[in-house]
Amino acid sequence: MSKSVQAISQISQWDGKSMFTSLVSKLPTLLMPMVGILLFLAVWNGVAKSIDTSLGKFPGPTQVWEQSVTLVDEHNQQREKAATFYERQETRNAKRMAQDESYVPKVREFTGAPTFFDQIWTSLYTVMVGFFIASIIAVPVGILCGLSKSAYSAINPLIQIFKPVSPLAWLPLVTMVVSALYVSDDPMFSKSFITSAVTVSLCCLWPTLVNTAVGVSNIDSDLVNVSKVLRLKPLKHVQKIVLPASIPMIFTGLRLSLGIGWMVLIAAEMLAQNPGLGKFVWDEFQNGSSESLARIMVAVLTIGVIGFMLDRLMLAVQRVASWDKTSSLR
Amino acid sequence: MLSIIVNKKLKRAVGSLSVIAAIMTTSATVVNADELGWPEKEELKFGFIKLTDMAPLAVAYEKGYFEDEGLYVTLEAQANWKVLLDRVIDGQLDGAHMLAGQPLGATIGFGTQSHIVTAFSMDLNGNGITVSNDVWAEMKKNIPHEDGKPVHPIKADYLKPVIESYSDAGKPFKMGMVFPVSTHNYELRYWLAAGGIHPGYYAPHKGDTSGQIDAQALLSVTPPPQMPATMEAGTIYGYCVGEPWNQQAVFKGIGVPVITDYEIWKNNPEKVFGVSSSWAEENPNTHIRVVKAMIRAAMWLDANSNANRPEAVKILAKSSYVGADEEVIANSMTGTFEYEKGDKRDIPDFNVFFRHNATYPYYSDAIWYLTQMRRWGQISEPKSDNWYLETAKNVYRPDIYAMAAKALIKDGLAEAKDFPDFDAETGFKPPQTEFIDNVTFDGTKPNVYLEQFSIGLKGDTVL
Repeated sequence: MSKSVQAISQISQWDGKSMFTSLVSKLPTLLMPMVGILLFLAVWNGVAKSIDTSLGKFPGPTQVWEQSVTLVDEHNQQREKAATFYERQETRNAKRMAQDESYVPKVREFTGAPTFFDQIWTSLYTVMVGFFIASIIAVPVGILCGLSKSAYSAINPLIQIFKPVSPLAWLPLVTMVVSALYVSDDPMFSKSFITSAVTVSLCCLWPTLVNTAVGVSNIDSDLVNVSKVLRLKPLKHVQKIVLPASIPMIFTGLRLSLGIGWMVLIAAEMLAQNPGLGKFVWDEFQNGSSESLARIMVAVLTIGVIGFMLDRLMLAVQRVASWDKTSSLR
Repeated sequence: MLSIIVNKKLKRAVGSLSVIAAIMTTSATVVNADELGWPEKEELKFGFIKLTDMAPLAVAYEKGYFEDEGLYVTLEAQANWKVLLDRVIDGQLDGAHMLAGQPLGATIGFGTQSHIVTAFSMDLNGNGITVSNDVWAEMKKNIPHEDGKPVHPIKADYLKPVIESYSDAGKPFKMGMVFPVSTHNYELRYWLAAGGIHPGYYAPHKGDTSGQIDAQALLSVTPPPQMPATMEAGTIYGYCVGEPWNQQAVFKGIGVPVITDYEIWKNNPEKVFGVSSSWAEENPNTHIRVVKAMIRAAMWLDANSNANRPEAVKILAKSSYVGADEEVIANSMTGTFEYEKGDKRDIPDFNVFFRHNATYPYYSDAIWYLTQMRRWGQISEPKSDNWYLETAKNVYRPDIYAMAAKALIKDGLAEAKDFPDFDAETGFKPPQTEFIDNVTFDGTKPNVYLEQFSIGLKGDTVL
């Protein structure tokens, strides 16, 4: 708190000096986020102290920081264990080869419990796959809906009905269908991964679809006329006119989709006990140790930061892909 | 022997060197067949619920006993008993830490129908019944005291007036247990019924699986780790659960454990290690090796009168296993149990993993569970004594256990005296008398056993 007050008073001191004028004009954009974060930390610290749960005090910023350090330590310890695991496995394989010539040695993945960082990676990977599946379905269907009024009126009721469905409602159905259909002796992906990815897809299909359809149907009529004059074939028309013109809207949809996918994934992992950050949160809740709440808070912040980074990533991709570099993107 | 006889005969007949060489190789294969073969499946995933009695799994993993058998095991915590069972049935898990009633219930088709077998009992005792602070305050008035401390074991007779006052006020008395076929359900029912409180019947043939017909205390399912939170929220007034969730209530100051299952039925069988019957058929060597590793883990847990328990507590406190605070887990794992805050008493046998033949899958244990399913209506039709025995034999597999134990003896990792005498063992414990209501249980006569209870279905009764 006091730091931020100081900072603000410093700004007013600098105000008069001309050489800093340009810098000062930029300062609020740099400083205000810091002020916001500091204020949040202060309020959090204050409020946390006064909340007494049956698992002890609600964790403040310090406890959460301590737990993030612990989580890093645990990760490193687990990596060391993994290294010795592989060594033991190698000697065991060699021993068995000596006894049993027909044996084909195989290196198995480390069997230890996944650490926090392993879980982050699993979640990221899953959300990306789910998002990718959704996008390759949603963009073409969206373009079709945008181009043809009759296709749009055929698909629209389905969109309207399925769009508001919560992932948690889909989950039991997806789980059972995946268990029934995805049968293989040596599966490339685990069932839990497929279940999570499909659930994510089902929920992040809609924003992309709707935005693509709207974007395509609102293309400037001049551009459409150009295409007509040039007598472009339908596929060329889509490639040269429709796609470039609707890129901003498609990306707005994709960004919304990815955001939704990330939220959905955490919930799905929590409910279905699929590996990932959601399971981490649930397991910690179940543990009920005096450190659990702080560890959950670490996960909450991580989920937020990753969600934010995913959004920025999509924005960067959009900047590259968009032909109109002057349009304002936020 | 065989090879020697053949050897002599052949020597007489031919006497050539090449033949002798051929015989040498045959005799070598004879020796190999006698040994335990390589595991059919090396990468395994086992499920567990966050309870201290999953310890044999954690220890077998951490001490490398699974790896010694050439098995690469992943242990994964499950959300609740139903998810765990479903995942064993659909093959996502190769096996799991299960409630003793789960393989039996699944095999006879109460709940999800599927043939599950078990060749390994994981522990004895380990549960407790906890009531909320308010209920305890009421109950305590009725309990006789000695030296300022309540006299244990506390019978449900003292809870009865409390339940009556609740029902006079129009409030149903709700309690939690972990699963319809859980030990906890049967123990809680046993304790309540022994105190004259009706815990309610099931009637699956009428589609009623709530278990609350005629109930004075309404029991419902809550996953173990959520018990304290659910009681804190006021949804239930008490519960029966395994450790550390009774001690957690003491530490959090939200409830008081009133009795342990050790006092309800001394040395009662608790969890088992269950696999689907098809898995067991496809992977016989793997199954035996898994049991071997777990027997070693159980021996380690009980070795030198619990000397390894503090180390076990450290393992269990890891967030990927039980994850509760060390001191909470240590409270019961090291042979003590804290009732009311500060009233810590010695119960050295609160968690038994190996001694008293704890790991041997007795038919009589299975039959006791089946009698309780009949008593509370989960088995709605009358069944013959023979049916009880056949069902027990269908699910409990001491033959596999014996093979694993003999392999351990052969490897020099255990001694024959550690186990029951496999040639003479019938699978029935002698009639057991140490129940809180002094009723005798003889596993060979399940129907006679049921006749002794005033509350509960028996004989030809059908709801």
